[in-house]
Amino acid sequence: MAKVLMKGNEALGEAAIRAGCVHFFGYPITPQTEVPEYLVKRLPEVGGAFVQAESEVASINMVYGAAGVGIKCLTSSSSPGISLMAEGMSYLAACELPCVIINIMRAGPGLGGILPSQSDYNQATKGHGHGDYELIVLAPASVQEAVDLMTLAFDLAEQYRNPVMICADGMIGQMMEPVEFPGEGRGEPFKPNDWELTGAKGRARRVVNSLFLAPEELFAHNIHLKEKYDRIHRDEMRSDLYGADEPYDLLLVAFGTMARISKTAIDEVRRDGLRVAMFRPITLNPYPTPALRAAMDAMGPSGKVLTVEMNMGQMVHDVRFAAEGSRTVDFYGTAGGIVPSPDQVAAKIRALIG
Amino acid sequence: MPTDTAVTTDTEVLMAGFGGQGTLLAGKVLAQASMDLGREVSWLPSYGPEMRGGTANVIVCIASKPIGSPLIESPRGLIVMNLPSLEKFAPKVRPGGVIIVNQSLIDRDPHRDDCTVVKVPSRELAQQAGAIRAANFVMLGAYIGATGVMPPAAIERAIAEEFEGDKARFIASSVAAFRAGVKAGRQPAH
Repeated sequence: MAKVLMKGNEALGEAAIRAGCVHFFGYPITPQTEVPEYLVKRLPEVGGAFVQAESEVASINMVYGAAGVGIKCLTSSSSPGISLMAEGMSYLAACELPCVIINIMRAGPGLGGILPSQSDYNQATKGHGHGDYELIVLAPASVQEAVDLMTLAFDLAEQYRNPVMICADGMIGQMMEPVEFPGEGRGEPFKPNDWELTGAKGRARRVVNSLFLAPEELFAHNIHLKEKYDRIHRDEMRSDLYGADEPYDLLLVAFGTMARISKTAIDEVRRDGLRVAMFRPITLNPYPTPALRAAMDAMGPSGKVLTVEMNMGQMVHDVRFAAEGSRTVDFYGTAGGIVPSPDQVAAKIRALIG
Repeated sequence: MPTDTAVTTDTEVLMAGFGGQGTLLAGKVLAQASMDLGREVSWLPSYGPEMRGGTANVIVCIASKPIGSPLIESPRGLIVMNLPSLEKFAPKVRPGGVIIVNQSLIDRDPHRDDCTVVKVPSRELAQQAGAIRAANFVMLGAYIGATGVMPPAAIERAIAEEFEGDKARFIASSVAAFRAGVKAGRQPAH
């Protein structure tokens, strides 16, 4: 298929359909509203259905119900709305139901603002609902990657029977870039399985449940989930390195939009002879800790690490965890919807190794 | 000297005006045309609260390799449709850049002796072309005329693509407005 020029939000919607998404449940909020706006037109054309729910709480619970009967479904929101969905995410993970949740992050806390931000990093990777559970969290840095990761998101959701979150920021959602979609028309439904509720006639009853009053039973369920998360952490880490083919004295770590901006900053300082590479996590959870550590170790002990984020310092803790005290990790970030310019990132790099 | 032969350089242009003046649409047409020519491209709109009655702007980056930052502090090109945009963005244009000023609404000079400044009576030219609402395409035309970043025909194809279907009646007048802009942009700077 030829490339088309599309907004990130719309491209995510189309990519979900290509991945086999049949139902969307959601509630409007800037800067992600083009996702439902696109799907309200498009889903009926491919035999699917769109529901604008009365709230984000209702949206995620509709996803819970639809996923329970084996429907490939999607919801989408932005930061404050994602907070409202947190309880439902815990239930979906507890019941091991596959679905995809999009968070087009805006600046917080509270209602915050509507401009781009990465301040839901902690929420996405370590927070949202209660209990011992994890989401797989994917962070695209371009519209094309958003499309590619949507395909992956539905695959991983099905493979691990777990909710998957695509965590982008308002800039990815609002920006138009050329994009190419996989396949044609609506993709395949979930493969035949032993978990979806289809009516128990002629077979043993299946139960979708997250209540285990007997502690031994719940503990066994926790262990079962943990084993699954361990497999995810072992097999599904994804990351990208930029400029690491040659020796470097500083490793910049950034994800999503911030990685795009940092790339330009790196190209700029390299013209002055500064040796900088970039590590970009694509899976925010599982965090690609071993690959990051290897990229740090490749510098030798004097090499510096700089984490750049559109928040007040969240992922930097995972970068420091990867460093395990082997070196200091510097941080540069802006918040409130202020997006750092390449020049600002370049200035920070120069301050460290210039 | 601008040429009509091909996209010559990587560049970026900021288009800014009031919401409703069609800056985002003109930017989209430029991005579409660049993509059709096989270039890498990004189209990044402002979407803040300033869109409600205030300024709306978009940055279009055109490059031969994947685009890093779609956000550009100092663009090489600026198309300004109104005075607030001129005041906000003209000081940021990279030295040696091109500034296209909508003379129909702006009676002030950008005071950038280090840039090529082209003043375009966009409303009058759009009116003459029979498309009063196509001042945005006049301005885009002036930018293409002044910079030669791509053949005007590529933009004309993208205009036709944008309006295909039930908006096809806008194609001829939009293209006429665009051509008037190209002609104005090719005038020597003053």
